[in-house]
Amino acid sequence: MTDHTMKAFDTDLQDLARMVAEMGGLAEKQVADAVDALAKRDTTLAQRVSAADASIDALQREIEEKAVLTIARRQPMAVDLREVVGALRLANDLERIGDLAKNIAKRVMALNAEFPPPKLIRGVEHMTDMVLQQMKLVLDAYGRRDVSKAMAVWRGDEEIDAVCTSVFRELLTYMMEDPRNITFCIHLMFCAKNIERMGDHATNIAETVHYIIEGRPIADQRPKGDTTTIAALRSAAER
Amino acid sequence: MSVAAITVPAVSHAPSSAEDLSEKISIRDLNFFYGDNRALKDINVPLYQGKVTAFIGPSGCGKSTLLRILNRMYDLYPNQRATGHVRIDNDDILSPSQDLNLLRAKVGMVFQKPTPFPMTIFENIAFGIRLYERLAKSELEDRVRHALERAALWEEVKNKLNANGLSLSGGQQQRLCIARTVAVRPEVILFDEPCSALDPISTAKIEELIDELKDDYTIAIVTHNMQQAARVSDFTAFMYLGELVEFGETTQIFTNPTDRRTQDYITGRFG
Repeated sequence: MTDHTMKAFDTDLQDLARMVAEMGGLAEKQVADAVDALAKRDTTLAQRVSAADASIDALQREIEEKAVLTIARRQPMAVDLREVVGALRLANDLERIGDLAKNIAKRVMALNAEFPPPKLIRGVEHMTDMVLQQMKLVLDAYGRRDVSKAMAVWRGDEEIDAVCTSVFRELLTYMMEDPRNITFCIHLMFCAKNIERMGDHATNIAETVHYIIEGRPIADQRPKGDTTTIAALRSAAER
Repeated sequence: MSVAAITVPAVSHAPSSAEDLSEKISIRDLNFFYGDNRALKDINVPLYQGKVTAFIGPSGCGKSTLLRILNRMYDLYPNQRATGHVRIDNDDILSPSQDLNLLRAKVGMVFQKPTPFPMTIFENIAFGIRLYERLAKSELEDRVRHALERAALWEEVKNKLNANGLSLSGGQQQRLCIARTVAVRPEVILFDEPCSALDPISTAKIEELIDELKDDYTIAIVTHNMQQAARVSDFTAFMYLGELVEFGETTQIFTNPTDRRTQDYITGRFG
């Protein structure tokens, strides 16, 4: 795209995009580290994740300030306006992803020594891989302003939902097998739900990227595969 | 870019509202010449009844020229001519048989620089009314008061109607000019950069006024202030080098324009 007559306006927009990308990178790392701490029973790492959330929050505040200032100073129109509003929305979603990662880290600390057998964590790890892939793709779509990539992420969330449902089923079975599994299985369920929510935020980000580029929301209905709300009932009934 | 893309304006979205739009002014295949210089090229655009249409574009794009055609102001100058059709309620105003006095009563105009006559506030308004109508004194007073009320100026001048129009502030002078325009009961009001010489408060008052007036009139406004166009208009036309590049609902033009040139202009990327 051609430059603005007012060069400082270009710098403002570039700064905003750079800050969002930086925040995205931080959020990705937080998610990976949180689940790593869970898998490796590493409470020190979990503490580090919990503490590092503050820097994501700080970046969000910076982005908000920058965006508000840019609106006040430049009165952006059309694609510029969408860039600024988009940055605000992206920062929101990334901040939420950071919070969810922090919540996983806190659960790792709460479990302390009482860790589930590794096979129980495998499903959660698998989900995390999928979500991290989605995040990587969608941040890439934002960086390159690539609408087709964003749409691929948007459609891909269905699969994560489906895996989440099956992880829930699996954990239910373990709990039914042995009541001593209940505590950590419940923690794991929350972790799985957190990761599933991260996937939803990645989808929101994809929608925002689409909006920034195309200037209109995605028209289709999003495919959804999360049936965790009814899976529990069904399993109980089967029993 | 294809030739078609250059000459045919992109009417990107049909008006989304369900309300019926009636075309008060139809501009069809309009061309305008200053001597040999073709300043407007095959313009096709509607102005809807009870709506505000903003014309935006860089200096020299022809937007003021277009406005001046709507009340045949160019007739005052030699070597200027228009071809094509401009119909107001199916009446072609470019026709040589058009009564220009009647046309200018029907189509009022407010200019960039406030232009009160060097006479009293009262006379500034009464003058125009007397040109078209013979009214009893009390009736004339009512009309003057009503015009000043419509222009949101009455409260500020009601105790000094005999003061000179030029003694008012710039913003008040501009509202006096609007009152003068409204007084002769036009159907269409043209604003040619009405706020470019005014401070922000006076600008806000004029914008508020335009918003109130649009229920009763068809309004066209030329402005260099993009935010103003976004605030006051229902439809926006972007012009460039004598062509109408894009016409559409204002909400769409300023958030998601179709044409690349419109986007570059409104986002400040031109040139």
